[in-house]
This record gives sequence, C-alpha cells and structure tokens, in this order.
Amino acid sequence: MAEPAINKNDESNKVVDAGIDKGIARLTPEKIEQVINKVLAAETGARLKAYVETCVHCGLCSEACHYYLSHDNDPKFSPAGKVKQTIWEILKKNGKVDPEFIRNASRIAYTECNLCRRCAMYCPFGIDITYLMSVVRRICHMLGVTPLYIQDTAHSHSATLNQMWLKEDEWIDSLFWQEEEAQDEISSLRIPIEKEGSEILYSVIAPEPKFRAQLIYQAAVIMNVAGVDFTMPATPGWDNSDLCMFTGDYEMMGRLKKAHFETAMRLKVKRIVMGECGHAYRSVYDVGNRWLAWKMPPIPIIHAVELYYELLKQGKIKITKKYDKPVTFQDPCNIVRGRGLHEKARYVVNAICEEFIEMHPNREHNYCCCAGGGVINTGPPYKMTRIKGNRIKAEQLFATKARGAKVIIAPCHNCHGGIEDINHHYGLDMELHFLGDIIYKIMEKPE
Amino acid sequence: MHDIYNFVSGPLVWVSFIIFFAGCLYRLISMAVLARKKDIFVYEYMSLKFGFRSILHWIIPFGTVKWRKNPFFTIVTFTFHICIIFIPIFLSAHIILWKESWAIGWWYISDTAADVLTIVVIASCIFFLVRRIVLPEVKYLTSISDYVILSIVAAPFITGFWTYHQWPGFRIMGILHIIAGETMLAAIPFTRLIHMLFFPFTRGYMGSEFGAVRHAKDW
Repeated sequence: MAEPAINKNDESNKVVDAGIDKGIARLTPEKIEQVINKVLAAETGARLKAYVETCVHCGLCSEACHYYLSHDNDPKFSPAGKVKQTIWEILKKNGKVDPEFIRNASRIAYTECNLCRRCAMYCPFGIDITYLMSVVRRICHMLGVTPLYIQDTAHSHSATLNQMWLKEDEWIDSLFWQEEEAQDEISSLRIPIEKEGSEILYSVIAPEPKFRAQLIYQAAVIMNVAGVDFTMPATPGWDNSDLCMFTGDYEMMGRLKKAHFETAMRLKVKRIVMGECGHAYRSVYDVGNRWLAWKMPPIPIIHAVELYYELLKQGKIKITKKYDKPVTFQDPCNIVRGRGLHEKARYVVNAICEEFIEMHPNREHNYCCCAGGGVINTGPPYKMTRIKGNRIKAEQLFATKARGAKVIIAPCHNCHGGIEDINHHYGLDMELHFLGDIIYKIMEKPE
Repeated sequence: MHDIYNFVSGPLVWVSFIIFFAGCLYRLISMAVLARKKDIFVYEYMSLKFGFRSILHWIIPFGTVKWRKNPFFTIVTFTFHICIIFIPIFLSAHIILWKESWAIGWWYISDTAADVLTIVVIASCIFFLVRRIVLPEVKYLTSISDYVILSIVAAPFITGFWTYHQWPGFRIMGILHIIAGETMLAAIPFTRLIHMLFFPFTRGYMGSEFGAVRHAKDW
C-alpha cells in the first residue's frame, strides 16, 4: 500500500520560517477544524467536490510538474501527490488535522507549487489542481500560517496598496527621476502623470520603481518614440501587482484590483497597458476581476507583449539593426497558459532579433520558471526549494544553449527572478533580458 | 440455485438499473444545483464551443500532447474504455436476454470477437493493477478503494469469461457474473467511477476557461 500522506520526519519540514513557525504556535486543533470547515462551507462547492471525486488517482498529471521532474520523479512532488498531502487529507478527516499537518500543507501549497496550470493540460479530466492548491493557501491564510516574506509583501499591499512599501512621494519622485534621466537622451521625452483622457494607463509592479527603474525609463522611451498617448497615475492604484492573490488574502486582492481599476476609470483611459509582468497580468485579467464580480476586466488589459506587437506591426517603432545574438524565449505561464500571447511574443522576437531558437517544450507546454505563484516572494528560506525544484528548467536551457542560444528573453519579472537563480546555480552562463531591453537598445530614436 | 438465479436476473437487475439511472440523475442534478449555489461563475464561463473543443481533443486517441507522450498507455486506456461499454451492449448472450424479456434485439458481435475483447479488458485491468503496484507516482496515490474500484470493473469480465467457457463451477460463476455486473452499474454514481459522468463537465470547464478566457489550448 502507498505510504501515508504525511511523513513527520520529512527533511523539507525543517526550513526555518518565522511566519509559519509563529503561525503554527498559535494554532490549536479546535481552531484548525473550525477555520477549515468555515472555508470549505462558505467558499467551496461543486468544483471542489467534482474534482476530488473525479480524480481516479492515475498519476498521469505527474510529468506535468517541474518539481516532480526535477526531483527525479519523486511522487511527493507530483500534482496529485501534493493534493493527497493536503486537501484529500483535510477532507478525509473533516478538518481534524494537527498544527504539524498545517505546517506541511503550508510549505507544499506556498513553496512547492507555482500555480502554473501546466498540470491542467496533463490531467485527462481537466482537474484544476491549481484551484485545489489555492484552496489550501486560502485555509493557511485564514489560519495565519503564511511564509514570512510573502506575508510582508501582503502587509505592504494592505498598508500602501503597493508591494514594496513605497510611499506616494517616492513613487512620483521615481517617475520624475526616470523622466529626467531619459531627457538626457531624448530631450522632448515626457512621462505624463495624471493626464486625464489619455489612451493608455501604463501600470507597473512596485519592484520597477524600487529596483528596476530602468524599465520605466525604457518603456517611456519606447512609448514616446512611438507616439503613444499614455499616462501614469500619481495615486495609490498605480501598482498592478498582487501577492495577496497568492497568500489567499482575497479580500485584499479585491481592494487592490478595485483601486487599480478605479484609477484607470478616474483618469478616463481607454485601456490599461502593463509592463512585462506575469503574475500581475493574472491578477488584473483573470483572478482579481472575478473577486469583484467582473466576468472579464472592466477595461481592456494589455500586456507589454501585445503593445510591442502592435507598435512593431504598425511600424510605429523602427529597428535600426536587429539584435544579433541568438536568443531563445521563455513563455511565462501567466501570459501564455493565462492569455495565449505566445504567437504575438514570437512575432516580436522575430521582428527584433536575427536568430531565434526555440526551447523545448515551449508555448503552452513550457516549464514554469519556479518563481511564479508567489514562490519567489516566500524569500530566502526557500531559494533552494526553487532552484532544486527546477533542475528541469536548467536542463531545458542547457539543451537550448547547446543549439546555439546565448540570450534568454523572458517578458515576466518572476521568470527573471527564477531564471537568474537557475542561471547562477547551474552555471548556465546565459544572458537574460526583457523584450523592452532589446527593443530599447535597437530601436530608432530621434537624435 | 434456480431461485437465486431468478432473483439476481430478475428483481436485482431492476434494482441495479434504477440505482444506476436514478443515481446518475441525482448526482448530476445535485452537482448542478450545488454549482448554481456555490460556484455560480461556472455557468458564466462554461462555453459550448471551447468546452467541446477540449473534450474532442481528449477523447480522440493521440489527440493531445499527453496522449502522444504515453502511446502505450493511450492505446490501453482507449481500448479498455471503449470495450467495457461496447461488450456488454453488443454481446449476443446479453441480447438473447433482452429478446427473452422484452422481445427486443439489435446487432451483436460474434462470440469469438467478444472473447478476444474480453481478454483485452482483463489484460487492461491487469495492466492498471501492475501500474498501481509498480509505478511510484501511481502507488503513492493509491488507496484500498482504488483496488476495490478496479475489482468492481474487472469482476464482470472475469466471471463472464469463465461462465462462457463453462469452466468448473460456471453455474455459480454465472450468478456471480450477474451480481458483478449489477454491482458495477450501481457503483458508478457513488464511487470514483463517477468520472464517466463528470468528465465532460470537468474537462469542458477547463476547456472553456482556457479557450474563452485565456485564449490558449489545454491539450
């Protein structure tokens, strides 16, 4: 017979995480049971029931998961294996589980699953394992057992409506600063703030002003040269990111998306264009809007890939000389399995690069970077979880490198974080860029 | 013996068919009601076009990346699933029973064909069993109930095969065969065999989300 769902001596349980440790210390079996049953009764229904009862325990989902493949096919890391260790057990015991069980469940749901949805394409029944893991996260959030680092970003979201504890003046200052910097290059350049009636609201994630400010610079150059009528807001609501969606704090997710949509409405823009970020796209386009009862977002949401596609296709950006290093392309889960932007992205890559080498698998079947789903936001305690959990990505990239690729293009912040670590740890020695980096570099700019 | 035979081939058949049909209806309706109450957005996002697009890919052998990656499994599972529905419906012995009771009948397969297909089903069950025992990722997920379900499915075919070949004890085996068939029918709505009913909805919903919202393929 199979081994039990919970192995108390599991090494991976020994990571020190103050958020989880303190959360666990506050729990009693009664509280756990009460919270679990409250979540299950109030928030779950037909989907959870149908998914759990339809699963025939066939194991076909296993090979979908990069954690499973990277851990030499260890069944504990298969999608259904993770479901077995969490929600099956919870349902079987009617919520009567102990604090150590919750510690284990929290670790699995927050750090050993990127909610990348690849398994949905390998389960013949289309069981939404991402949803099942999200239910586990929701329970852990309600129990106050979330990893410290991601909880800190969630706190930042709730205090400032942005992810990085940025104050309003710091945000505005960063925009002025980047505008000034860019004016050294193009003297007429503007980053219009609070310009009502603009065509586009350009929104970014808080890490851009915090430590990747050059991305705002580059986007400003691209949009100024292309003559895009855009604006950026001066008020909270400018940050499109959302780690609350990943901690299971859906009330906060709703507040964030409401602020974001309302900012766009206040500025009377026609659409929101967001920078090269995947998880934010998922939140604004797919998940956060649903919490606010919008079947689809109340205003068109355009990812940077789509904007670049439009600008290149319409000839609004001209290329001086194509980028000459051979590149490969990382399909980010949230804009490919989440929005099918893979062909548009390839159009952009081919338009700006001399030589494009596909990695395999690709498009919807690409492996996740292992940083998404909030996993990178769980911070240093789980850095090795991500790196060891994605050896398969290193192998995939080594194989692509062997076929000549020198540069990885990834239009997603999380992909960058994840692949950077894989790059260093496995000695891949490849360059990593955003699409915007390359477009900025090779586009025609006014003297 | 005759009394038992008359009982299992008479009233029990009625019972099992009623449990099967009423059970299926109950499961589908109660799930639809629950979804209406708790997951109402499912109705909003469910799309006929994209739901069927996904289902179609998944019910065609080698129609998905997953099926293509595991060719042997794909062949076995498709053959198995087609056979377990096909054989009982088009078996001449069963059709004789229909004729005797209701004076209705339809096309049937030759006994030799039925014999071969039954062996295929039994061999498939052995394959699924071995898979459960040998493959770590399947073994890890396996509980006693999985063996029970597999036995429920295998039993009618093993006992039927035995009876047809009139091996020792075939009279008792015949009775067991009827009981096994009835058990399987009755078990479908109330065990994980429910995947027979829920498949179009779970797959269809995933196809709808992927197709209509995410503009991506889910196969």
